[in-house]
Amino acid sequence: MATIARGVPVTVLPRPRATTGWWSWVTTVDHKRIGVLYGVTAFIFFLIGGVEALLIRLQLAVPNNHLLNPELYNQLFTMHGTTMIFLVVMPLSVAFFNIAVPLQIGARDVAFPRLNALSYWIFVTGGILLNLGWLMGAAPNGGWFGYAPNTERAFNPGPGIDFWALGLLVLGTASMAGAFNFIVTILNLRAPGMSFMRMPVFTWMTLVVSFLIIFAFPVITVALIQLVFDRHFGTNFFISSAGGDALLWQHLFWIFGHPEVYILILPAMGVVSEVLPVFSRKPLFGYAVVVYSGIAIAFVSYGVWAHHMFTTGLGPIADAVFVTTTMAVAVPTGVKIFNWIATLWGGSIDFKTPLLMALGFVSMFIIGGLSGVTHAVAPSDWQQTDTYYVVAHFHYVLFGGAIFGLFAGIYYWWPKMTGRLLDERLGKWHFWLMLIGFNLTFAPMHWLGLNGMPRRYFTYQAGMGWDFWNLVATIGAFVIAASILVFMYNAGMSLRRGALAGNDPWDGRTLEWAIPSPPPPYNFAVIPTVRGRDAWWLEKYGRGARTRAQAPASTAQQSSHNPHGTEEAHDIHMPDPSYYPVITALGLTLFAAGFIFGWWLSGIGLLLMLFGIYAWCFEPISG
Amino acid sequence: MEHALAPGHGAVAAHPTSTGLDHRKLLMWTFLGSDCLFFGSLIMTYMIYRGKSVTGPHPHEIFNIPYTSVSAFVLLMSSLTMVLALAAIQRGDQRGLRVWLLATALLGSVFVGGQYFEFTTFVQHGLTPQVNLFGTTFYTLTGFHGAHVTVGIIILLSLFLTSLLGRLPPSESLTVEIAGLYWHFVDVVWIVIFTLVYLLP
Repeated sequence: MATIARGVPVTVLPRPRATTGWWSWVTTVDHKRIGVLYGVTAFIFFLIGGVEALLIRLQLAVPNNHLLNPELYNQLFTMHGTTMIFLVVMPLSVAFFNIAVPLQIGARDVAFPRLNALSYWIFVTGGILLNLGWLMGAAPNGGWFGYAPNTERAFNPGPGIDFWALGLLVLGTASMAGAFNFIVTILNLRAPGMSFMRMPVFTWMTLVVSFLIIFAFPVITVALIQLVFDRHFGTNFFISSAGGDALLWQHLFWIFGHPEVYILILPAMGVVSEVLPVFSRKPLFGYAVVVYSGIAIAFVSYGVWAHHMFTTGLGPIADAVFVTTTMAVAVPTGVKIFNWIATLWGGSIDFKTPLLMALGFVSMFIIGGLSGVTHAVAPSDWQQTDTYYVVAHFHYVLFGGAIFGLFAGIYYWWPKMTGRLLDERLGKWHFWLMLIGFNLTFAPMHWLGLNGMPRRYFTYQAGMGWDFWNLVATIGAFVIAASILVFMYNAGMSLRRGALAGNDPWDGRTLEWAIPSPPPPYNFAVIPTVRGRDAWWLEKYGRGARTRAQAPASTAQQSSHNPHGTEEAHDIHMPDPSYYPVITALGLTLFAAGFIFGWWLSGIGLLLMLFGIYAWCFEPISG
Repeated sequence: MEHALAPGHGAVAAHPTSTGLDHRKLLMWTFLGSDCLFFGSLIMTYMIYRGKSVTGPHPHEIFNIPYTSVSAFVLLMSSLTMVLALAAIQRGDQRGLRVWLLATALLGSVFVGGQYFEFTTFVQHGLTPQVNLFGTTFYTLTGFHGAHVTVGIIILLSLFLTSLLGRLPPSESLTVEIAGLYWHFVDVVWIVIFTLVYLLP
C-alpha cells in the first residue's frame, strides 16, 4: 500500500479526520454516506424536475393558455427531461449501487473510495452547471436530445445550449468514473464463495449497467464535443452549408440514447428482482434466466438506435433491420416479467410498501412495454412519432417503470440506511396516490397522441377533442405531487421517531441484512463466507428450506443469532476522508464553465484540477 | 489517468481480489475499453465525412506521407522503450527504469512536436478547422489523439520524477505496467488513425 508515500509523505493538505459534522460529509469516502448524498441530491433534483413538469401541465390544462410563453415552455420541457434522466433516475440508481452493492457482495467499501467521492462531487457541480441557465434567464431549450443543427449558434445563439452541452459532458465524466468503480468493485471485491451466479440480481444489474455506461457515454461525449466545437471554435460538424449532416448527430445521440434507456431501467429491474422474492418468501424464479435476460437486453440495446429515426428516411432495409432488433428486445424483457410473476406465484405474499411499489413497476412497465412494441413497427411509428402517444409510452417505462422501481428500493433499503422503518400506512397512501395519479396523467396521453396532439407545442386550439383529457392529465400530475408530499412527510417522521428496524426487518435473503442498521463504517466485522445464492437466507435457514414455512425450527432460530458484524472490530482500517475529490470535481466543472464565462475560469479550473489530481496521487493513506 | 500514479491508494487494504487482477489494472483495462468507443466515434465521424468537403484543401493536396510515417515510426519505437522501462523496474534496475522512462517521454514528445509542426504547416496551406469538413474532422481526431499522447508524457515524466525521489521501488512495477498499458493503447490507436486518415487512398 501507498508505496509512493513511503518515506516522507508528500502532503499538501492534512488528511481530514472529522467523522461527524458538515465537513465529514464533504470529505467522506464511505460508500454508504456517498450513497445517502447521491440519494438526497437526486431527490432534490426530482423535486425541481417535478415542479417543471407541473408547470408544463398547468400550461396544457386548458386550450389557448398563455400562462407560459413558448420560449419558457421550451426551456421547461428540455430541463424536465434532462433533469429527470441525468439528475434523478441515474444518480438515484447510483445511490443504490453505493448503498447496496458493497453490502450485497460482502465488501467493506468500493474498490476506489476517493474515485467514488469524485463521481458524486462531479455529479453535484455538473448538475448545478446544467441548471445555472435558469439564473441567467437562458436555460437550455433544445430538447433533451439537443438535435443539431437546431442547437447550433446560428439558430440558438444564447448560452442555454452551452449550459446543456457542457453540463452533460461534466455529468458524463461522473457517470463513467462511477461505472469504472463499480465494475472493478463487483469483479474484484466479492466475498469468498460469492461466484458470479451467486451474486444478487441487483448487483448483477449494477454490473451490466456499468458496462452500458462505459460503452455508451463516450459516444455522447464525442457528439457533445463536436457540438461545443461548432459553437465555440467554428468547426463544421453539423453546419449544413459546409456539408455537415444533421443525421450524424442523431446517429451519435441515439447510439448513446438507446443504451441510456436501459441504463435507466435495468437498476429498477434489479431492485424489483430483490424485492419480489423477499416479500413472497420464495427464491427468485429462474435466477439464471433473469440474469442472462439482463445481459441480453444490454447487448441488443446497442443495435436498436435507429428506431428513434424511422421518420428520417433511412430506407426500407435499415428500417426493417431496426424494426426486427427492436422487437427482439421484447423477448428478454418478457422473459423477466414472466419470471417475476412466477416468483409471486405460490408465495406467502406480504403486501408491504416495497412490494406494492415493485408490483406497480411490473404492471405499469408491461403497459409501457406493449406500447413500445407498437412503435417498434416503422409504419405504425410514422403515425405516432412526435405525438403524445410517445410521451405516454416513455413515461410508462420511465415513471411507471424506473420511478416505481426506485421507490421500491427506497422503501426496501431505507431501514438499512437509517435504522428506522417508514410508516406502512403512509407508504400505502403514497403508493396508491402515485399509482392513480400516474395513470390519470399518462394514460390519457395515449388517446391524445392517437388523436394527433403533437409533442412540444406550448398550447393547442380548443375544439380539437383534446380539452378534456388534457385537464385530466393535469389533475393527475397534481395527485402525483400530493403522493410525493406524503412520502416526504413519511420520511421526515421516520427519521424523527420511526420504529427501530433492527438488522433484518424484512427477513431478507442477501448479505446486507446480516449486519446492523445502519451498518458500521467497516460493514462486516468478519468478511462473510458465501455458501450459495441468497447467502443470508442460507445462513438463517439452511440449504433445505426454500421458504420460511419449511424452515426447521432449530435453524430458524438462527435468525436471531448474527454471525456477522456484531463483534466490535477496532483494528479494521478504513481509508481516511479526503479533500481532493471535491477539489478535483470543482476544478473540472470550472474548466467546463469557462467555455461560457471566459477562458480565465477554464484556467483556474484546470489548475485546481491538476492540483487535486497530483495531491490525490501522493496523498498518504492515512494522516 | 491519476490512478496509474497511485499505487494501492484508495484500494481497501488487505483484501485479496476475486479475479486475482489488481484493482488499478482492471480499472485501466475497462477505461481503455471505453476509450475505444471514444476514438471509434471520432474515427467514424472522419470516415463518414470523407470526401464530403464542399471546398478545399483536400487530403491529397496537404498530406506529407513520408514525414508523418517517420513520426509514426518514432511513436511506435516509444512502445519498445516503454517495454524496456517495465523490464528494468521488474529486475530492480532503477537507472534503466529512469533512462527508458525518459526515452519514452522523449520519443512521445518528438511525436507531439512533429504533430504541432504538421498542424502549423497545414494551416499555412489553408487547412484550418473552420475551412471545411476535412479540416474539422482531421484536427479533432488527430488533436484528441495528440492530447492522449500528451497526457501519457505527463504520466511518464511524473513516474520519472517519482523514481528520482526514490518512491518507485521494484515492488511498484505494476504502476509502470499500467502506465505502459495506456501508452501502448495510444500507440495502437495511432496505427488505426494513420492507416485510415493518411494511407487510405
